[in-house]
Amino acid sequence: MNQPLLEVTDLNKNFGGIIATNRLYLSVEQGQVHAVIGPNGAGKTTLISQLSGQLKPTSGRIDFEGRNITGFSTARRARAGLARSFQITSVIMPMTLLENVMLAVQGSDGHSFRFWSSVQRDSAMIDAAMKSLVEVGLDDRADRIAAQVSHGERRQLEVAMALAMGPKLLLLDEPMAGMGSEETARMVEILSGLKGDKAILLIEHDMDAVFSLADSLSVLVNGHIIATDTVEKIRNNSDVQRAYLGEEHA
Amino acid sequence: MRILPKTVSAGVYTGFLALLAIAPWIFSVIDEPFYLDLLSRGLILAIAALSLNLILGYGGMVSLGHAAYLGIGAYCVGIPAYYDFYNGWLHLGLTVLVSGLFALVTGAICLRTKGVYFIMITLAFSQMVYFTFVSLEEYGGDDGLVIYLRSEFPTWLSMESPVALYYWIFTVLLITLFFIHRLVHARFGRVIVGSRFNEDRMQSLGYSTYRYRLTCYVISGVICGIAGMLLGNFTSFISPEMMGWTRSGELIFMVVIGGAGTLFGPLVGTAAFVFLEEFLSYITIYWHLIFGLMLIALVLFGKGGIHGWLSAFDRKEKRG
Repeated sequence: MNQPLLEVTDLNKNFGGIIATNRLYLSVEQGQVHAVIGPNGAGKTTLISQLSGQLKPTSGRIDFEGRNITGFSTARRARAGLARSFQITSVIMPMTLLENVMLAVQGSDGHSFRFWSSVQRDSAMIDAAMKSLVEVGLDDRADRIAAQVSHGERRQLEVAMALAMGPKLLLLDEPMAGMGSEETARMVEILSGLKGDKAILLIEHDMDAVFSLADSLSVLVNGHIIATDTVEKIRNNSDVQRAYLGEEHA
Repeated sequence: MRILPKTVSAGVYTGFLALLAIAPWIFSVIDEPFYLDLLSRGLILAIAALSLNLILGYGGMVSLGHAAYLGIGAYCVGIPAYYDFYNGWLHLGLTVLVSGLFALVTGAICLRTKGVYFIMITLAFSQMVYFTFVSLEEYGGDDGLVIYLRSEFPTWLSMESPVALYYWIFTVLLITLFFIHRLVHARFGRVIVGSRFNEDRMQSLGYSTYRYRLTCYVISGVICGIAGMLLGNFTSFISPEMMGWTRSGELIFMVVIGGAGTLFGPLVGTAAFVFLEEFLSYITIYWHLIFGLMLIALVLFGKGGIHGWLSAFDRKEKRG
């Protein structure tokens, strides 16, 4: 059997007495879109933060490409090929969209102890950044300041930055959060374009989006994954419907 | 090729630098050597302010201990001179080494903190240096140390005469300006600026921000140390007073008045500070009161300092 790209083994995270992650097992295969769904407070963002390194797990193990990365810093995980986007938009507000994405390109391009050549004349870096902006459809706004574009466009910028890092696995934390229906459709379109090309771990509230994008699905409840299966089977799983999909879908 | 500067602010700064270049000649024509002294002192402080701006303005690291490097640089001239070592390269080398090392060790600790804690811990380290020199009786302690001769350099680099020293200072200023300009537009500088606004995001983009910020802190310390070395030569009398925390505060004023995080801001900020200090203290001994009120007004109403006002003209020009 092929080794999964990402494998999480018996992950636990306690905040004082609160158990945020509870004996969690998860794996993501090469080239697959794997979604994690769950009610509010289930520990979805806590999970992503432990995968990307912002939070240290209480116990457990994370393997990426067969390498134990549990002790790696955020920066080192990013350089190893794990790119994260944030649920709460986190970009460099006073910089232009292009500059933001250029920082993402630069971060995956060796060290930055280069003190002399101007990045504004680094055409290879500009081209790489523009390519990511084209992928999310922001190329016509490249010179706008991040603080001055719409919320939806900043969400797209998040994805462009994650893409520009040339990652092996994209960790997307609710990329549709706070978006209108038109913007959501646009984002689904963008992510569909990446499908098959990149492995994605997608955390999302929007069920229609999840069902149309994901190859497989895990259901997270109270920090524990209660079911993992194909999208079709999860839809018909009565436990899941009771625990999560609830009134709306049951 | 474009000969005239693109914007109002660029024009003002070019003119300002040109004036500085011919200032000794102007002062000799109007026979006011005192002004050369004032200007030399101002430019040394400007170099210190530029170095502080690198971490404070571009990097968002508000240090309230930067004057320590002025003192370290000055004593790197004073202590060898006390033992009759006047070799300028020795003084300069020692300054770079000691200020760099001090920045590396203290920075490694300070940069583990943020915000107010960072301000407090930089202040604490600079006060440690201050009291160390106060307690060093051998080198004058509180009373300070007289430097009888300036650092000795080859004839073409001599800083013997006031005018020669002035051009030394002016040259170091130009090099510093050019170096910082290159630095902040290079990859290194982008990481520093990015980390100022969103350090978490920079880490998730793959940057070990701590290393970059520490390197920036060391570069800033070394530049300020060199300003201190020039100050030691300029005043020919050094004392722990020059690294007191009030001086560190004044350096912050200079950066903020001119415009933090801009290339020329600290230079014009220092000019404004030195001018106001001279002018207001000429009018009244209570000049700190007036100066304080002006600072409050600036913080409340003046967005981006002097550079901010000049850039406002730039934008109007573009529209018009």
